[in-house]
Amino acid sequence: MSLDLAVIGAGPAGGSAALEAARLGLSVALVEESAAPGGQVWRAPGAGLAAGTDPDAMAGAALRAAIAAAPIERLFGARVWLIGRAEHGFRIDLVREGRAETIEARALLLATGAHERIVPFPGWTLPGVIGLAAATILLKSQRMLPGRRVVVAGCGPLLAVVAAGILKAGGQVAAVVDLDSRTGWLAALPALAARPDLLAQGAGWVARILRAGVPIFSRHTVIAAEGTDAVQHVRIAPCDADGAPMPGAAARVIEADALAIGHGLVPDTAATRLLRAEHRFDPDRGGWHAVRDAEMQSSVPGLWLAGETGGIGGAAVAELSGRMAGASVAHAAGRLDGAAYRAIAEPLRARLAKASRAGAAMARKMRAREAMVAAIAPDTVVCRCEDVTRAEIEAAIADGAGDVNQLKQWTRCGMGPCQGRMCGEAAAGILARHVGGREAAGLWTGRAPLRPVPMQALLGDFDYADIPIPPPAPP
Amino acid sequence: MKPFDVAVVGGGVMGCSTALFLARAGLSVVLLERGGLCREASGVNAGTLTMQMTRAALVPYALRAWEFWMDAPGWLGMDVGARVRDGLSVAFTDAEAALLEERATARRAAGAPIELIGGNRAREIEPGLSQRALLAGFCAVDGFASAYLTGRAFGLALRAAGADLREQAEVVGIDRGDGAFRLRTATGELRAAQLVLAGGVWLEPMAGWLGVHLPVRVLINQLCVTERMPPVMRTQLGIASGLLSLKQFENGTVLIGGGWQGSGTRADGRGDAFIPENLIGNMRLAAFVIPALRRARAVRAWLGLEAKTEDDLPVLGPIPGVKNAWMIGCSHSGYTSGPFMGKLLADAMLGRAPELPLFPPDRLLLKDAA
Repeated sequence: MSLDLAVIGAGPAGGSAALEAARLGLSVALVEESAAPGGQVWRAPGAGLAAGTDPDAMAGAALRAAIAAAPIERLFGARVWLIGRAEHGFRIDLVREGRAETIEARALLLATGAHERIVPFPGWTLPGVIGLAAATILLKSQRMLPGRRVVVAGCGPLLAVVAAGILKAGGQVAAVVDLDSRTGWLAALPALAARPDLLAQGAGWVARILRAGVPIFSRHTVIAAEGTDAVQHVRIAPCDADGAPMPGAAARVIEADALAIGHGLVPDTAATRLLRAEHRFDPDRGGWHAVRDAEMQSSVPGLWLAGETGGIGGAAVAELSGRMAGASVAHAAGRLDGAAYRAIAEPLRARLAKASRAGAAMARKMRAREAMVAAIAPDTVVCRCEDVTRAEIEAAIADGAGDVNQLKQWTRCGMGPCQGRMCGEAAAGILARHVGGREAAGLWTGRAPLRPVPMQALLGDFDYADIPIPPPAPP
Repeated sequence: MKPFDVAVVGGGVMGCSTALFLARAGLSVVLLERGGLCREASGVNAGTLTMQMTRAALVPYALRAWEFWMDAPGWLGMDVGARVRDGLSVAFTDAEAALLEERATARRAAGAPIELIGGNRAREIEPGLSQRALLAGFCAVDGFASAYLTGRAFGLALRAAGADLREQAEVVGIDRGDGAFRLRTATGELRAAQLVLAGGVWLEPMAGWLGVHLPVRVLINQLCVTERMPPVMRTQLGIASGLLSLKQFENGTVLIGGGWQGSGTRADGRGDAFIPENLIGNMRLAAFVIPALRRARAVRAWLGLEAKTEDDLPVLGPIPGVKNAWMIGCSHSGYTSGPFMGKLLADAMLGRAPELPLFPPDRLLLKDAA
């Protein structure tokens, strides 16, 4: 299968990009890991569940309907494990329904979104502790509650989304524990004024939380999740603006059987690192992200970027950047002349600038707080795939590990099935304290497979004679 | 500033072990590495320590180095995961059986204790092995290490020995003059009375600094590793042609290698240009040999650059025409032999009689330069 464009990721960014490119006459494949488009924010309800009526649910339904009606090659439930150069463009290897498939496309558009940052704390690996973003998947896709009585903690707009979502689904929220202060939220209002829709949505969530009488602890941090086999209570304490627990302040213990916690979003750069695109570190955009220009092109010829991969900016930025990128690919492919492209792009640019201001305010709320990394206890597990503690990371640094990849080699931190998505931020943060910052600590080398890949799917049926064994090594 | 006794350029297993033995002999040694220690071939290879993939001519060297690896805590100061394992090299076809007999005979003559055994006996040693195995070479002097720990171990040992260890210090050129070499780096110059070039695949451009033309070919080996899984095998496993290396580490991960090629060039560095067909071919071979691997999930794949000379033998000795300059590298199964090769060169530089002959590079140099 050879196409004009392959889009990886069918959230607001990738979905909109594929629609725009297809509308402009390109042959497009849209590759999505989930069973249906929507991404995280516009996630589709699971099979047999009714569609929601909130703005995100409706936006998702509209996107799915448009994609279903467009001339787009739809590859959903597809796990992309390798992306590389082909003779004319890119080759994408994926597994779908247990079988290996390969597509080729002249242009590639990555819209792989973001993943969650969780700064480790004692008890974070206990059953019952779940990421805020993961909790939204349960709520949106499965209509499931993370627990009967949930503490919702961390920072950023997902706090309100998850707490309100739990309440709406009939669950109990034991407390909202916000790293930010009330004045911190007020300070973000001017930037949000450009987006009255977001403000209204946020006000709705907050109203629901207040109506339910949920205690809200501003400027507080979770210092431990405790329980014998699963979470039984959550210990919180007041903290400073950087997330450091206040010395001497009394901790408070909250009974709960689940803790939904998240400390911000990190651009998913697994694929852009594999393709060796240029990356930049900006704490206010989620940290390391792939660089894109005003036309949404990366530093790699033929590679376009849309949405959070190019820096955390929110759903509106994702959608608009996706449309821009789709039009930009069409322009580069010669399907749009300069004037026609400008007619599409210029209005989008203006809206994108406006949406970016609101997105940036939210992204700043979710910035990595260095004091939280500093507070990780020596015996706390940082890499949960490989059971690597803070103390083991510190020992490797003392032995001379000077960048994140050396640290990975010496500790196995980030070598497990999550490929560093869970531990990468904390491990790099610990190293950064010794080497003069996250930029000096470096960028994790991108590795295939992009997702763990079942060998059975790649192997197929074969006999020994079918294996193309190269000529023997020297005698 | 006073010149160092020796400057070693290149911090892989060859350069590190040479520097370590020289420093321990009391010389002032500076080791210059462009990136981090053992981050190229020496840190990303499969860690195979086997006589059955070692060229017959190198078996005496590999046998000595095998002892070094297995005693890493003793002489290096840190366990690099080196473990003794039964080794099997398996043949599945008549042609492979003939190849196996021929190669096992040559390696046995060179000192490797390789015994040829039938398929049933091989399956007693390795219960996970395919029913299709016809013949196998069995060697008890086999095993593996965790290559990714090599740099950490050498870093500690070199510092303890008093070597001046400089990582992220790329040498950009070397001048000869007034009885010392002048090495130019991004952060300044330094001088050394003796010079060791230990740059692996980059030995060719390094030799060029001295006007010497040593052709070095680059192999781009693909490797992949599974996630942790219950025990599926207990041996260090290969096939007769050498195109498979397979082992399960104590943590449950299975490493699949064997030198299937990716694409790229020396200039790309660790260019992540996989050839997917070769990755899948290598996985198929692994899953054919150990059928339980069909249940595995691959979690990570990577590429490593291996250096190769015209005659597939190492360079290890003085650089002709350049007084006090030496080179070491390009050894087939270089990780296996590395520590002993370093000791050999250090002995030669210290004026001690080397235990085994060196591999002077003269035979490989092209006349057009110099």
